[in-house]
Amino acid sequence: MVDATPRADDIIPPAEVPELELYHPKSWWTTYVFSQDAKVIAIQYAGTAIAIGLVALVLSWLMRLQLGFPGTFSFITPEAYYQFVTMHGMIMVIYLLTALFLGGFGNYLIPLMVGARDMVFPYVNMLSYWVYLLAVLVLVASFFASGGPTGAGWTLYPPQAILSGTPGGQSWGIILMLVSLIIFIIGFTMGGLNYVVTVIQGRTRGMTLMRMPLTVWGIFTATVMALLAFPALFVACVMMLFDRVLGTSFFMPALVEMGQQLSYGGGSPILFQHLFWFFGHPEVYIVALPAFGIVSDLISTHARKNIFGYRMMVWAIVVIGALSFIVWAHHMYVSGMHPWFGFFFATTTLIIAIPTAIKVYNWVLTLWRGDIHLTVPMLFALAFIVTFVNGGLTGLFLGNVVVDVPLSDTMFVVAHFHMVMGVAPILVIFGAIYHWYPKMTGRMLDERMGRFHFWVTFVGAYAIFFPMHYVGLVGVPRRYPELGDSAFIPASVHDLNAFITIAALIVGFAQMVFLFNIFWSLRHGKEAGPNPWRATSLEWQTPTTPPPHGNWGDERPVVYRWAYDYSVPDAPQDFIPQNDPWPQKVPAARQA
Amino acid sequence: MSVILVLIVVVAGFSFWWLLQQRVLAKPWLEYGVHTALPETDVSHMPTAKIGLGIFLAVVASLFALFASAYFMRMEYADWQSPPLPRILWFNTVILVLASLALHFAVRAVREGRPDVARLALAAAGLASLLFLAGQLTAWRELTAGGYFLDTNPANGFFYLMTGIHGLHILGGLAALARATVRAWTEERIDERLRLGVELCATYWHFLLLVWLGVFVLLAGWAGDLVALCRQLLT
Amino acid sequence: MAAALVLVLVVVGSILFHVLSPWWWPPIASNWGYIDNTLIITFWITGAVFSAVVLFLAYCVWRFRHKDGQKAAYEPESKKLESWLTIATAVGVAAMLAPGLYVWSQFVTVPEDATDIEVVGQQWQWNYRLPGADGKLGKADNRLVTFENPLGINPEDPAGQDDLVIEAGELHLPVGKPVRMLLRSIDVLHDFYVPEFRAKMDLVPGMVTYFWFTPTRTGTFEVLCAELCGTGHGYMRGTVLVDTEEDYQAWLEEQTTFAELAGARKLAAGKP
Repeated sequence: MVDATPRADDIIPPAEVPELELYHPKSWWTTYVFSQDAKVIAIQYAGTAIAIGLVALVLSWLMRLQLGFPGTFSFITPEAYYQFVTMHGMIMVIYLLTALFLGGFGNYLIPLMVGARDMVFPYVNMLSYWVYLLAVLVLVASFFASGGPTGAGWTLYPPQAILSGTPGGQSWGIILMLVSLIIFIIGFTMGGLNYVVTVIQGRTRGMTLMRMPLTVWGIFTATVMALLAFPALFVACVMMLFDRVLGTSFFMPALVEMGQQLSYGGGSPILFQHLFWFFGHPEVYIVALPAFGIVSDLISTHARKNIFGYRMMVWAIVVIGALSFIVWAHHMYVSGMHPWFGFFFATTTLIIAIPTAIKVYNWVLTLWRGDIHLTVPMLFALAFIVTFVNGGLTGLFLGNVVVDVPLSDTMFVVAHFHMVMGVAPILVIFGAIYHWYPKMTGRMLDERMGRFHFWVTFVGAYAIFFPMHYVGLVGVPRRYPELGDSAFIPASVHDLNAFITIAALIVGFAQMVFLFNIFWSLRHGKEAGPNPWRATSLEWQTPTTPPPHGNWGDERPVVYRWAYDYSVPDAPQDFIPQNDPWPQKVPAARQA
Repeated sequence: MSVILVLIVVVAGFSFWWLLQQRVLAKPWLEYGVHTALPETDVSHMPTAKIGLGIFLAVVASLFALFASAYFMRMEYADWQSPPLPRILWFNTVILVLASLALHFAVRAVREGRPDVARLALAAAGLASLLFLAGQLTAWRELTAGGYFLDTNPANGFFYLMTGIHGLHILGGLAALARATVRAWTEERIDERLRLGVELCATYWHFLLLVWLGVFVLLAGWAGDLVALCRQLLT
Repeated sequence: MAAALVLVLVVVGSILFHVLSPWWWPPIASNWGYIDNTLIITFWITGAVFSAVVLFLAYCVWRFRHKDGQKAAYEPESKKLESWLTIATAVGVAAMLAPGLYVWSQFVTVPEDATDIEVVGQQWQWNYRLPGADGKLGKADNRLVTFENPLGINPEDPAGQDDLVIEAGELHLPVGKPVRMLLRSIDVLHDFYVPEFRAKMDLVPGMVTYFWFTPTRTGTFEVLCAELCGTGHGYMRGTVLVDTEEDYQAWLEEQTTFAELAGARKLAAGKP
């Protein structure tokens, strides 16, 4: 395997000047607005996602105000509450997390990390963002349509989603929601093709698959999954739109609404659930896998140590990706589907815990005998491990079919999925922004504000969602705007709810510090230099920072090693960039 | 959900095979230098656009597999009543086969460097596809004339929905085909770009023909019969 | 330093919270104690794993924090360690899955002697139907729902005439007898959920779903809807009373049959 003698083909290819021509910007408009540069598109994606995410954050405050202090805010009617719940969930899952991880980080990092000049289809990539923006605008429009946005819950289960008993069901809300999702999926497919094909075809010389950083692996696998899973949501949305607008009965059985026989008949609400969760479960991993990848790189870089068990990490990502397509019905244990499915899906669901656990072990073992720098990105990575382990383990409750029966549709579920696919990935997003901001802007984010932001966010989020599990254990159902005076709910649950609300408000406001930091550091941040974290992967080796369109100047980099050569024995520094040909000969020690 | 699961297994199998070709079992920390990569590369020599199209077709396959899954699941319910199959669908199928064949000849012509044949073949493929779309519209009209409206039965709904989505894909393909055709008629010689464009169109059309045959079999009710037969054989 | 300390505090705090928490499930009132047991097993296993992982993390953060001159080890992987961890995880997962599946097989196997009781959900109230003297429920269809026939019982079916109809009222169950709850909805999805019974299941319009349990103690319990069903979801409450046999029989006597109800409603509607 090991060959140190340079070969004829080790010679660096001549400068690719004709290729560079393509990337010369034409005007201000094509540089900053209708840009085909993946990095600009990334920032557009991220900006839009964060902006709409802030709307969802405010919605969560309103929900928590209602839950913590029911009856205090007269404008939060049950209708409004359900609209807040629905839009909060939908925005966070689809328009923030999916768009930010794949559209934002995917666009920024994939070309840089694999040594490409740009995505392989830059025009389609640009189109992807504008279609995404259109989807967001349609979504926002539903807030201002008569009847308001839909309040059907983010799962949009028929029949209630399109009936008048649900806010937006018989007005524009649900229609705009479905149309927005359809547009989103079309836009995502355009972007997704780019991310996948760039990894397959855009890699520079020497960048074999197994030399790619895990970030690329995570985003790549998640994108492949998303490309196959989003059509399920597309089909579900189109069919429901037909049911709502054209009067078909794909999902609609014969039913009586408010004393009136409706003209629907014969359809199956469970069919929708199958389609929805066939998308919905992979979606969880579409959000999680990029986070897995990114956090691996954060831990490795800031612990100055190679990621432990790189191969196992790659295989685990791929295996999790594949398995996630055969676990979807664990969301439907109490849906009334055939009970025998429970055996199959509980088994597959708990099996998927094994590769996931391996990833956790390997993160922790990477820290073992490391040289841990407790930088802000590292702190967020550590917090990710804590919250992800917590949320992952409660997944074992809900995945195990019979344990799910009492817990399903209670606040336990809400606590679980917020911990595992809300808090944990968002902590990674923060860590990633602190980590890569210097590359994007040339300046560091302010460290003191960063630490303040970290501690409030981590401790606060844990204080919100850990106790929430116990609200669910008591038996409090989810999606209740108020609990009333049920005998089985002790009065102390109300105090706990008030506590959670206060914690949520504090955590929410701490995010303003983060936003301020982002803008403040643009001007006042410490100069970062090209490689402030002394990292090995290619994006830190660009000739200029921030990298211009085309990324690499005259010559694309040539890769000599994997992405994790930290603290290599006998090396002059504690990291060797991927494009560094050191030592020309492989030391005997490493051949063992 | 059986149809989509079969597709997922196929895609996963192909992906694992591809990954194994990429030596994902290797220990990267023991590999040093560029000799393991380009130009004896693991980045394939296939044009990037072809790989892009291949992956896009996988997405389209997933879309139609999901429609088929939904179709089979909805079919189980008591109110299901398939509409009569409009005769013209047979004619449309032949037309679509012709369009596919024309593109096949177009590919051969551009490879052999015969621009005149390529032009004719491309134009023929475009016309045939337009004719196919017109034929599909006629089929819709035939159904509505017979009282088989979109909302009267879910089987009708699926008919309009699946033919409609398939038609939209043809329509999208026509945009690309039009570009290639215009290029073929305006350029004197066949260049690399035209060749690639024609090849991409041909692949897309062959694939959509396959999808159409699948949809046709499904809508004609043979797929259901086949499943029933398999069940009988198994029990 | 602070980071390691906080990680330890997270573990200690979580355990203390769990132990001292006054928030725990309401006392069980059905035969599904097995579910609680499986839950407890899961709590022990996951709690141990959580504590072990986070404490180990805290130790690493403290022990290997950056100091001048320190260099990390170079250690790409360890097949042996990874295999052992994989096996240990698989064993832990099996220890939770096996009892889970065992209890699930009981959950889906309805005992022969279970009485059928039908729950009919609608926005936003609970209705019930009990088999009459013949012990059989008549056929029903949402298409037949009218003001006189709120549950859509088929008037042609003789088995349905003596069915007891309880519209938006309280349900009584005899203690110690297994019941199979047949679930039906006339509009949207609902979910029949009594926290003390542990079991629950969705009501799906267009089909009949079911679950079974045996009430084990008398008392009054609250029924909640656990599947979002529109604006009134949070207010869709009902009451189940588990009675002794005599009380139950007395209550049964007072209920109206479908035939009586339909007749009375027709009369009322006929009046000017």
